[in-house]
Amino acid sequence: MSARSRAAAEMNTDRSILSFNDWKRPGLAVPTVAVQVVLLLLLIAVGLLPLLWLAKSAITPTQDTLATPMALFPHGIAWSNLSHAWNDVHIGSYFVNTIWVTVGEWAVQLLVATTGGYALAILKPAYAKVVSGLVLATLFVPAVVLLVPLYLTILHPPVLGTSLLNTYWAVWLPAGASAFNVMLVMRFFQGLPADVFEAAETDGAGPFRLFWSVVLPMSKPILGVVSVFAITAAWADFLWPMLVLPNQAIQPLSVRLPAIASQTDLGVYLAALAIASLIPVVIFLFFQRTFLNGGGLGGAVKG
Amino acid sequence: MLTSTELDQQAVPGGAAASRPAAARPRVRRTPLTWVRRGGLAKLVFMLPLLITFGVFSWWPIVRAVVMSFQHTNLVTAPAFVGWDNFVYVFHDPMFLTAVRNTGWFALLALVFGYPLPLVLAVIMSEVKRLKGLYTVLAYLPVVMPPVVSVLLWKFFYDARPAGVFNTILGWVGIPPQPWIQSTAAAMPSLVLQATWAAAGGTIVIYLASLTSVKPELYDAAEVDGAGLWGKVWHVTLPQLRGILFITFILQIIGTAQVFLQPYLFTSGGPVNSTTTILLLVFQYAFQNSLGGNYGAATALSLMLAAFLALLSVLYFRLTERWSD
Repeated sequence: MSARSRAAAEMNTDRSILSFNDWKRPGLAVPTVAVQVVLLLLLIAVGLLPLLWLAKSAITPTQDTLATPMALFPHGIAWSNLSHAWNDVHIGSYFVNTIWVTVGEWAVQLLVATTGGYALAILKPAYAKVVSGLVLATLFVPAVVLLVPLYLTILHPPVLGTSLLNTYWAVWLPAGASAFNVMLVMRFFQGLPADVFEAAETDGAGPFRLFWSVVLPMSKPILGVVSVFAITAAWADFLWPMLVLPNQAIQPLSVRLPAIASQTDLGVYLAALAIASLIPVVIFLFFQRTFLNGGGLGGAVKG
Repeated sequence: MLTSTELDQQAVPGGAAASRPAAARPRVRRTPLTWVRRGGLAKLVFMLPLLITFGVFSWWPIVRAVVMSFQHTNLVTAPAFVGWDNFVYVFHDPMFLTAVRNTGWFALLALVFGYPLPLVLAVIMSEVKRLKGLYTVLAYLPVVMPPVVSVLLWKFFYDARPAGVFNTILGWVGIPPQPWIQSTAAAMPSLVLQATWAAAGGTIVIYLASLTSVKPELYDAAEVDGAGLWGKVWHVTLPQLRGILFITFILQIIGTAQVFLQPYLFTSGGPVNSTTTILLLVFQYAFQNSLGGNYGAATALSLMLAAFLALLSVLYFRLTERWSD
């Protein structure tokens, strides 16, 4: 509480476009507040209402949604939409597939970004400059360039001798090659105090010990940012899983939802859409700070 | 610390090194063993996940894209080099010009509607004293919706019947029902509208972060010079955001030039190819070809797009560098 009021006091000395005196002038303050209230209502209408509409329609009978989409439950509530979607349309199993895709992509991205960032920023072998240059260079190659050759690599991967098509490795492994993650983690590791590493080394910690017991525990904030990006990106991914997971039984929600649209009852279908958006929205509401600060961070790094 | 001679002795059993007199070479020789002892192996072990994933799934495919654009690849026979044939094929495809025009139209509409909007909203939001967090969360909610879900949801909103969601809302204010994604004229603006809705929150958050770094003294100084509200926005806020505004401008063009999800899910490029974009054409060449994937044409077109965007970015940064001074 006290920290908060202190922060508020500091905020007060930290003015923005309008000064204190501006806020005391009713001619300026009243219209400003009016604009802000209008904006709030607008944001509610544009940002929140579509989600609430989806939640409502997920439990509305199909006939009602078709005839009067903006009415509030004219003929009762159809909870059955949700169970139909989960069981009969197999949204439940596609949901599990999505979680499987997400967890794997998250783990691979975290492994590559932390080990790679550690090697590039702290261990610094002679070839580190070349490698980080090559990693940075991939940021400037649009993803579309990779689409076809990457697909052919999945069909005939080197060394393995067997196609990765229809295996989750086909979505997990390419996700690891994220220059954005590596750069983000590398910059963070570079900012860690070097004397801590020296102290650990004189205490006899080898590179593995240093990584596991010193660097990783100090890096929780950046690992949180990378995790949030990895999870939302994996949940959102559509084109790539559609190409490399042609087997319907293992496809994630994002791929199945457009495919089932035409042969699914509308109410059940909207219930499926609502189920698919639930987890990302809940994760966002829980980890707002990481999302919103990380969003700014993302812009800064991309620049 | 090991001395150099100790290291040499360690290296002696290495065969070739044994024949040389150790005393004649006081400096450290680099042998596999000294490399391991100095932690070279550990460094490489940590580097391996990055080298493997980037090597196999990024660097090699990029090289392969360039090679494939000059080859004829059909997965049955060995790829054959065909010179510029793939590029010529793309140029002669009547869909190429359509796709370029549509992509340009999408990018232009997205700039006109989508570029100023987040800036205006962020500037207003930065002056909010209470519930600022609520504003940000509301603005960001569309960004966290899975893109596929939000496109499919909007596809239903765009229902062209008078009882469609958006047409019902238009009916409240007396506007007749619109065809939305079903007409060649309205389809592209409808796609842009959804794309803007889905992306604006991300840009707003970036602008809000930059707005907090504008020095308050600058506003004080502007007031001393007699600047009003607009004066302060025009002469302080916008110039201070110039750097980030330049970046979001080019990033938005690069992003919209690669639009795929909206045309693919909303309209599949229709009606009458009015929303076929470059990425949709790449996708059709490679994966929706009844004669088997035309991988050469697909990579050729994607490389042309990449080259165009690279050139555009270089020119843009040259230009803005001059303006930034």
